[in-house]
Amino acid sequence: MYRYDEFDRDFVAERVEQFRGQVGRRLSGELSEEEFRPLRLLNGLYLQLHAYMLRVVIPYGMLSSRQLRMLAQVARRYDRGYGHFTTRQNIQFNWPKLEEVPDLLADLATVEMHAIQGSGNSIRNVTADQFAGVAADEVEDPRVYAEIVRQWSTLHPEFTFLPRKFKIALTGAGHDRAAVRVHDIGLAMVEDAAGEAGFEVIVGGGLGRTPMIGKTIREFLAKRDLLSYLEAILRIYNQFGRRDNKYKARIKILVHELGAEKFTELVEAEWREIKDGTLELPAEEIERIEAYFADPPYETFEADDAGYLAMLAIDGAFRRWATSNLFPHKRPGYAIVNLSLKPLDGVPGDATAAQMEAAADLADRYGFGEIRITHEQNLVLPYVAQRDLHDLWRALDEIGFATPNIGQVTDIISCPGLDFCSLASARSIPVAQRIGRRFRDLDRQFDIGELHINISGCINACGHHHVGHIGLLGVDRKGEEYYQITLGGSADENASLGEIVGPAVSYDAVVDAIEAVIAAYLEHREPDEPFIETYRRLGAEPFKESVYGKESVHDAA
Amino acid sequence: MSLQVVTANRLRDGIVVYLAADGGWRQRVADAALALDQGEAERLMALASAAVEARLVVDPYLIEVVEDGGLVRPSRYREVIRATGPSVETQADLPSAAE
Repeated sequence: MYRYDEFDRDFVAERVEQFRGQVGRRLSGELSEEEFRPLRLLNGLYLQLHAYMLRVVIPYGMLSSRQLRMLAQVARRYDRGYGHFTTRQNIQFNWPKLEEVPDLLADLATVEMHAIQGSGNSIRNVTADQFAGVAADEVEDPRVYAEIVRQWSTLHPEFTFLPRKFKIALTGAGHDRAAVRVHDIGLAMVEDAAGEAGFEVIVGGGLGRTPMIGKTIREFLAKRDLLSYLEAILRIYNQFGRRDNKYKARIKILVHELGAEKFTELVEAEWREIKDGTLELPAEEIERIEAYFADPPYETFEADDAGYLAMLAIDGAFRRWATSNLFPHKRPGYAIVNLSLKPLDGVPGDATAAQMEAAADLADRYGFGEIRITHEQNLVLPYVAQRDLHDLWRALDEIGFATPNIGQVTDIISCPGLDFCSLASARSIPVAQRIGRRFRDLDRQFDIGELHINISGCINACGHHHVGHIGLLGVDRKGEEYYQITLGGSADENASLGEIVGPAVSYDAVVDAIEAVIAAYLEHREPDEPFIETYRRLGAEPFKESVYGKESVHDAA
Repeated sequence: MSLQVVTANRLRDGIVVYLAADGGWRQRVADAALALDQGEAERLMALASAAVEARLVVDPYLIEVVEDGGLVRPSRYREVIRATGPSVETQADLPSAAE
């Protein structure tokens, strides 16, 4: 993985000391809260419902075991013994004390981590496919370019005060696991006719109060032009993006208001001015970064491991986990292992210090010391030999990370909601837990198959509800928690926004409503047809009818 | 007019606090000074502004409370959660976190 050079290390250390000075001046009264707020936000520190919250960035969701151990240590020393992995592949600590945050950041800096650009109207943490570099279906490893984008966007002097926050995601695979079509900029690696890899450039996607699917503004961008093209997009946004209205300030609004064609013309004109300048990426620079993401020292296996296949045949619980939580690896004899952070009655995305340390140890023992964070709030060990899978599975089971539910009904994306967040209108976590209990039966989950339920506690959509196959949006109705249900959303290469199916339902009724949606699916599905396909084939009607009854279908229409 | 109390977050650690009758800031809403009328609410907010100046608390505001069997609790559920902590068992409550 990428290692800091001296410049990076000095810079992060300086930044910690700078923030230490700012915190000191705040506590001594030299800075008012109004003056301090933008400074703390530039360092990922929020004031939430119960306490301060620190968002530590994890570039493209990739961690070393050493870094994960440090996160565990931070959780124990400065927080309440746990952390929350987020839909942006980051980790949040819910209870740090302002006076201790500088020490916390100094500890993080020892393992090359920080919270810079974890907040504010800057280019946020760059996200990528969690299976980057190991997926069997990959054109090329997007981490190389995610790292190049990270370096370019970190403290970019022109883009530190954008009209609004800005999120970039990359995928190198045909199947999009990074939700690139709902980001401000999405980059999907593709091959041109000559077999050369480059990027499809997608702009203006996003969720929040005005959800939009991004528009492809360039079918193919050569790698050497990546940064100059991004710079051109950001310049156009910085110049023309609205600053008068926070709710219309994201690039998606600009693209929508100008139209994709006009927006593209502006970008291309700007790009022509700068394209062969200092931002051109020389092949040597790409190679230099590639070296950081070289393959680990794999063993050579000819085919599937016989011992693994034998265990699959005789151990049903192992087989179920393997079916749900493993993904095909590009190397024979290896597997990509998903660690579920969605246990029954747990908080989606939460991990204790002890669990983080145990996962770091397992990564060292079985996975070349590397861990990935997924935007679905799970962890991944990307390089596990099939030979070790049964032992690993038992060890994961002991720490509560072996729930066999990846991509299934209880693998719920959930924002912190009103239990933690000062912006929230309603709770998310207990709704996820109640759905988890209702569908706890593993056979039933397995029978339902791939189904993404995403829950947001407010319109800001941190829980990605618009792109859940079933989305729940918490709203406040006269002081009561209600949930608006959307169906048919998807965040992959066939991205779509969910449609509202009817009136919001109460906290008490929401799990029954989900069950009614699923009952309609089970009734109408064809053999092997996943939920989203059934929904696309039939539309909302049978689902509405199941939730609200026959009459209401006509009322709602 | 409904009953009101003043709440804020403590500056140094962010913890939720309530303004008590003696001018101190307490973690329990039950310890908060009750404002029965607008004048009293304004007086409490003036004390809170002084506490902001004195760097004790951040972002003070008034919330409505109800007296229920001798106990004071916030009327809006957002403030109930703020007063009592997350409504779900967090990992901090589990034995594995406490070592």
